[in-house]
Amino acid sequence: MPKPFIVRFIGATPTQGWLAIAAVAAITLVLLPALHLLLPADSSFHVSAYVITLVGKIMCYAIVAVAMDLIWGYTGILSLGHGLFFALGGYAFGMYLMRQIGRDGSNQSDLPDFMVFLDWKQLPWYWTGSDSFLWVIFLVLVVPALAALVFGFFAFRSRIKGVYFSIITQALTFAAMLFFFRNETGFGGNNGFTDFKRILGYSITSPEMRVSLFALTALMLLATLVLGRYLVTSKLGRVLAAIRDAESRVMFIGYNPLYYKLFIWTLSALLCGIAGALYVPQVGIINPGEMSPANSIEIAIWVAVGGRATLIGPVLGAFIVNLAKSFFTVAFPEYWLFFLGALFVGVTLWLPDGVVGLWRKLRERHQAAAKDAP
Amino acid sequence: MKAGRAVFQTLAMIPRFFLLLMLLLGFAAHAAPDPAVVRQLAAEESDDKIAAIHKLALTAEPEALAVLQQLADGTLKDAKGEDITINNRVRRELEGALAVLKLIDPDATVRFKAVKEIASNVDAAMAPMLARARDRETDANIRALLVEAHALATLKDADPQIRIAAAKSLATSADPNTKAVLKAQSEPANEAETEVRRAAFQSYLAVEDRLTLAETIGRIFSGLSLGSILLLAALGLAITYGVMGVINMAHGELLMIGAYATYAMQGLFRSQFPAHEDWYLLAAVPVAFFAAAVVGILLERTVIRWLYGRALETLLATWGLSLMLIQAARVIFGAQNVEVANPSWMSGGLEILPSIVLPLNRIVIVGFALFVLALVWVLMNRTRLGMFVRAVTQNRAMAGCVGVPTGRIDTVAFALGAGIAGLGGVALSQIANVGPDMGQGYIVDSFMVVVLGGVGQLAGAVWAALGLGIVTKFIESWAGAVIAKIVVLVFIIMFIQKRPQGLFALKGRFVES
Repeated sequence: MPKPFIVRFIGATPTQGWLAIAAVAAITLVLLPALHLLLPADSSFHVSAYVITLVGKIMCYAIVAVAMDLIWGYTGILSLGHGLFFALGGYAFGMYLMRQIGRDGSNQSDLPDFMVFLDWKQLPWYWTGSDSFLWVIFLVLVVPALAALVFGFFAFRSRIKGVYFSIITQALTFAAMLFFFRNETGFGGNNGFTDFKRILGYSITSPEMRVSLFALTALMLLATLVLGRYLVTSKLGRVLAAIRDAESRVMFIGYNPLYYKLFIWTLSALLCGIAGALYVPQVGIINPGEMSPANSIEIAIWVAVGGRATLIGPVLGAFIVNLAKSFFTVAFPEYWLFFLGALFVGVTLWLPDGVVGLWRKLRERHQAAAKDAP
Repeated sequence: MKAGRAVFQTLAMIPRFFLLLMLLLGFAAHAAPDPAVVRQLAAEESDDKIAAIHKLALTAEPEALAVLQQLADGTLKDAKGEDITINNRVRRELEGALAVLKLIDPDATVRFKAVKEIASNVDAAMAPMLARARDRETDANIRALLVEAHALATLKDADPQIRIAAAKSLATSADPNTKAVLKAQSEPANEAETEVRRAAFQSYLAVEDRLTLAETIGRIFSGLSLGSILLLAALGLAITYGVMGVINMAHGELLMIGAYATYAMQGLFRSQFPAHEDWYLLAAVPVAFFAAAVVGILLERTVIRWLYGRALETLLATWGLSLMLIQAARVIFGAQNVEVANPSWMSGGLEILPSIVLPLNRIVIVGFALFVLALVWVLMNRTRLGMFVRAVTQNRAMAGCVGVPTGRIDTVAFALGAGIAGLGGVALSQIANVGPDMGQGYIVDSFMVVVLGGVGQLAGAVWAALGLGIVTKFIESWAGAVIAKIVVLVFIIMFIQKRPQGLFALKGRFVES
């Protein structure tokens, strides 16, 4: 008799994994919020708002990186357009944040400021219901996934793959960026959405809200990892890996790769959308720049740095690259692109399995040495 | 009007000389303007002043021009030695009269501008004056414009027969303004005589046809121009992608290197050979080719070579290289765009119709793209190297078996592709901004050309580039640039559904890896 789903789901993550998750949860849900909220700002253990926001932001990136890893590391499809789904989720939630500003904008109008600026008299139809939190959450979940589903269906059905697929996804996000840059599109054009005030009536700049968003992001990241673990150890995950390694053989055995690819592709976009929705209130701005091809391709390097086809790798990669970015852009802004470029080249040339692969290799060497020693 | 008429300032110098001669010999007899009329300029009533201005203007004499110019400048004195003041109505009339008098200016370019100006706001009273200027005019181009302006003026004549003649003679016009005038004339509200309306309407149709044609030609030309840029950007990519199956994301930066090489040559010529500055562009062609080719060889030898068979990783690595090249350009040349000037022989335009001027620099670029294309074609189809490159494109393993040094061919092909991108950079420097980021926008476009055309196919790349260019420009004309770009991208995605191998697929049997 097959085990019930919930048992399989929980059993997919080994005990050490759950322990690690519990530890991370304790830190991100209890320790850091407490240090931020309860300690006075001058205490040496106080965690500043900057750190909370930075780590929260990087955790959003980490969710995107895990989503990217599911499609690239495990299924072998390199998407250079994942920034699009991230931004779509962000824009969907941004609509709600814009509506929550209410009449507190600089024009004291019910309409968002940029619409007043364009001399629009009413909200366009696609903003309908954007003042409802639930409807917007629905949009966050559905819009990126639907966009991915439609695009993926056409792309996978005609068996576009390899670099073709990569470049087409890049073209897709590029086209979307151009589209969102237009003022007439109704999403704030160049400037996008910013100057948010409230979520559900609570101030967005309050420490409590900051910590709640932070904790929510951490929970989402952990949930993504558990889900990812379940997926890649399931039968579906094996088919995906088989598609990655020899797609034609998978077809000859009798599987139709289309639905497998489409499922993981859509799921990946969905996760990106959620990450985007968590990202926007923490960072306080969303604009079409998030859809630029450069941003999307950077996601791939997080995964590559951490280690493809591992779940912890992308998280590590997102933290390593983005912490480096925060450091460089402050300390040596003119060297950041050199560093990032060198990272792209170096990782692909010398670290095909990322830091996780490096660690594994070192551990193996160490174990082999230990075995030889006695 | 004459189609295919070229307006070159240098040519205009010749009639100018003759006109000066005529002015000196022929018109010396016409002395100062009638003093009574000049006195009338100081009259109390504006109407009198205007009448005097008209009289002076109709003499079409340089001296009258001088008097009116003084009046406009406020330096003309009346009999008591006081300044003559004019109100806005008089000033308007005065400006019109001055424009008319510019028709007899000794400088042909001034006359050309004047007649252009007058044609857009012609008045029945100007007819005799225009006729006089027309008969005196020696420059064929300006004369043709004067004929048209005269016809426009007589279109408001009291005699219906003259109006009919004018309407008929305007049928040869290619001016949007004339079209509007004829349309107005063909409406009962503006014209009582049926015959005149009929003639005007027929001429209107003829002019409209000509204008539509001109617009279409203009659009096809800008499409060709965009297409040739795309072609220059894509040719190199087509070769490297065909041979090695890797997308070089730093391809756009090779364009940038070509453009900066052009900039450097411009600087060199300015400081070393200022007399020959106009020819820096010719010198830049080989320099840009070799600069980009050398960078290409470096990239291939140090990075891309080690990633064969790992196409997706190559994508990332070359992206990293492109970031480093961009930053290097920023460090060396600064983050701002640099200024690359068109040489004088490339500035200006070819006016094929009054409503449409083809910029000379774009014409040169279309020609340059054809030249590069011919070069690549010869190289690929008529040389041993080209045969090797084609062999590796079709079947790397088999080519290796029969003794083609595939490793070396890879390097050479990459250098060639990079060099062609450098040539594209030379062309781009003449029409686009030259800056560190300039290459970024081209990688997607040029890859689209390669995808659409089919891998490893020169003919495919050509048709795809020109097709994309022209289609983009036509969509742009009614939907704007952004929508055009989106429509084209969507179209390509749909197209690949139907023909994943592109327009021109390599014939043969393939096993998907």
